[in-house]
Amino acid sequence: MAPVFEYAPAPESRAVVDIAPSYGLFIDGEFTEAADGKVFKTVSPSTEEVLSEVAEAGEADVDRAVRAARKAFEKWSALPGAERAKYLFRIARIIQERSRELAVLETLDNGKPIRETRDADLPLVAAHFFYYAGWADKLDHAGYGADPRPLGVAGQVIPWNFPLLMLAWKIAPALATGNTVVLKPAETTPLSALFFADICRQAGLPKGVVNIITGDGRAGAALTAHPDVNKVAFTGSTAVGKEIARTVAGTRKKLTLELGGKGANIVFDDAPIDQAVEGIVSGIFFNQGQVCCAGSRLLVQESIHDELLDSLKRRLSTLRLGDPLDKNTDIGAINSAEQLARITALADQGEAEGAERWSPACELPSTGYWFAPTLFTNVTQAHTVARDEIFGPVLSVLTFRTPDEAVAKANNTPYGLSAGIWTEKGSRILAVANKLRAGVIWSNTFNKFDPTSPFGGYKESGFGREGGRHGLEAYLDV
Amino acid sequence: MPTTASAAPAHGLADVTASDSTLRRFLHGLPGVDAVGLEARAASLGTRSIKTTAKAYALDLAISMVDLTTLEGADTPGKVRALGAKAAHPDPTDRTAPTTAAVCVYPDMVPTAKEAVAGSGVKVASVATAFPAGRASLAVKLADVREAVAAGADEVDMVIDRGAFLAGNYMKVYDEITAVREACGTSARLKVIFETGELSTYDNIRRASWLGMLAGADFIKTSTGKVAVNATPANTLLMLEAVRDFRAQTGVQVGVKPAGGIRTAKDAIKFLVLVNETAGEDWLDNHWFRFGASSLLNDLLMQRQKLATGRYSGPDYVTVD
Repeated sequence: MAPVFEYAPAPESRAVVDIAPSYGLFIDGEFTEAADGKVFKTVSPSTEEVLSEVAEAGEADVDRAVRAARKAFEKWSALPGAERAKYLFRIARIIQERSRELAVLETLDNGKPIRETRDADLPLVAAHFFYYAGWADKLDHAGYGADPRPLGVAGQVIPWNFPLLMLAWKIAPALATGNTVVLKPAETTPLSALFFADICRQAGLPKGVVNIITGDGRAGAALTAHPDVNKVAFTGSTAVGKEIARTVAGTRKKLTLELGGKGANIVFDDAPIDQAVEGIVSGIFFNQGQVCCAGSRLLVQESIHDELLDSLKRRLSTLRLGDPLDKNTDIGAINSAEQLARITALADQGEAEGAERWSPACELPSTGYWFAPTLFTNVTQAHTVARDEIFGPVLSVLTFRTPDEAVAKANNTPYGLSAGIWTEKGSRILAVANKLRAGVIWSNTFNKFDPTSPFGGYKESGFGREGGRHGLEAYLDV
Repeated sequence: MPTTASAAPAHGLADVTASDSTLRRFLHGLPGVDAVGLEARAASLGTRSIKTTAKAYALDLAISMVDLTTLEGADTPGKVRALGAKAAHPDPTDRTAPTTAAVCVYPDMVPTAKEAVAGSGVKVASVATAFPAGRASLAVKLADVREAVAAGADEVDMVIDRGAFLAGNYMKVYDEITAVREACGTSARLKVIFETGELSTYDNIRRASWLGMLAGADFIKTSTGKVAVNATPANTLLMLEAVRDFRAQTGVQVGVKPAGGIRTAKDAIKFLVLVNETAGEDWLDNHWFRFGASSLLNDLLMQRQKLATGRYSGPDYVTVD
């Protein structure tokens, strides 16, 4: 009889995080209610439990936050870089000290597995603050001329897939360069940003330098349209990005957009197969595929298609889906009911269009928003699942015969954010990477992030770069 | 349960070993190994949290997979008898503890070891073939093996000729393994030791794994425990992939034995996770997976006592040998 080695549940304790029943807006260093007293609830996607009630910012609140940031800008931008660096270093260290609490909070609010928040998100969040703290007193040497100036007030709108990490990507370079910030976190994941507000107070950050306003798309629209905002930074869907671009057009505001993607993960026949399978898995099932740079299109050389698919299916059968607070969970919950509906609709459409659908045997929890890891084979460029961003754990598998065909198919998309190349041949990596129209190209790995590495897209994936030295440019008058 | 290869390799890859060049082409045609990716995967499996019932199961399983080993120049019959007694009753305070899989000794100690474990179900393994260097003529190696088998060894742990392997002389290595396999006859299972630390690259380890399996190994084993780098999660993961792929291609199941450097229960459990999630549960059995270790057993026993009593007992509550 075959033995059974079932891992017992190993849930991370919720006791490390203390969520208040309600939160206000963080404006000018204080938590305040919305002017019209409106609130909304934030729920845990894995249980549908209401975690807290959060103030919903209206236009008056947005205006108040921008005015606070404007007032703080004068002093903050006048500080020597080394002084600003001190605050950033302090924030980074507090994030490290509170990382377990923040990881649990993020998992509760977002639904992603604790192993991702603990091992990927939080270390990267701290690393971004450390990295940009290092730049704060060296801006003269960043390659943007002597004494580059900050822009002023930055209005930043971030998505729900990496709530705290996207906050770090936006706030760290903005503060390092001397800007002040009004940030709106996503409607479904506001809590870690509010905890971050508390961290700003703990670090003694001057009032008004960072303001957090919670709310839905209307608050975001009011923020990006506010006449006294000098810089708009947005990460999110392409549709909203286009709307923001229209709003900002004709004003003197600087704009960076980091939008959707449909990343191609290209596996050549001489690839390290076992590692490629891991890379495919992390490429599309990391954060339940709710990653703008996900490798959602697998392009496999025809000669190894069957072998690779067998390996991939076997590997998917070992993925563990369930309670995101369990340290052994690989796949957590989908962030919201709306998102689940969107993924479901697109997957159904894939099936209707004739692509072959496959999921490993896996039981979905009865409450919360869940979607089983899904593969589509027999997919062509003409299928919707090969063209539209699904933003969920759904992988479309296509084939190619030659490197030229791989490049042509990889580039044949309105997006251009990421791509992956798997081959043991170094010269092929360079040759193919040069021809791909994508902002980030990984070779023999996928979904790896580092604060020193710029990130951003081509075409409908947006413009501007975050991270690295390049990330400073978006917040400097150059 | 799939059976072990018999003396003659009975798989569909006979053409591969037809000549030196076909063998080389085959081994070099195996998919490459990306070191960064392999190590990252091994590390991520190392973060699995194994608790309560799963931990109790894993500890007992690990104990039952230990090849309790003494391979010293100073080995005496007394030492081997003590080892045998411990293998048969690892925890004198708790007779529910499983026996270890085997005791592993030098060939001249096989008779003593057989006597020491008689009736316990514990196997006797012997490191024949001029262990650990393997630098002897084939005739000497085969004589070593025959002596061990004649004395009743249930298992033979052979070292490959790393020099020949690194020189690209794969056929020589293949021929030696098949000859030793034949000398083992039907009574002894053959574990082939690659000394992965000396093979140095992961590509070499994958090639050696396939070479060993093509030649009829019942087990592939990382190392002798006598060099600087022995079993690691990454090289064991790689060998688990190899046995998994080999079975998929030939239907023949081969066991895996990491050896050397695994000292704690925590580490051992990480290896079991690798087995569980790479080769699968068909390998979670001491017929197909072993730990080559001597100090590991005591830590497993102490952890077992901790689970049973809720307290750590300390090193004086387990036996020294």
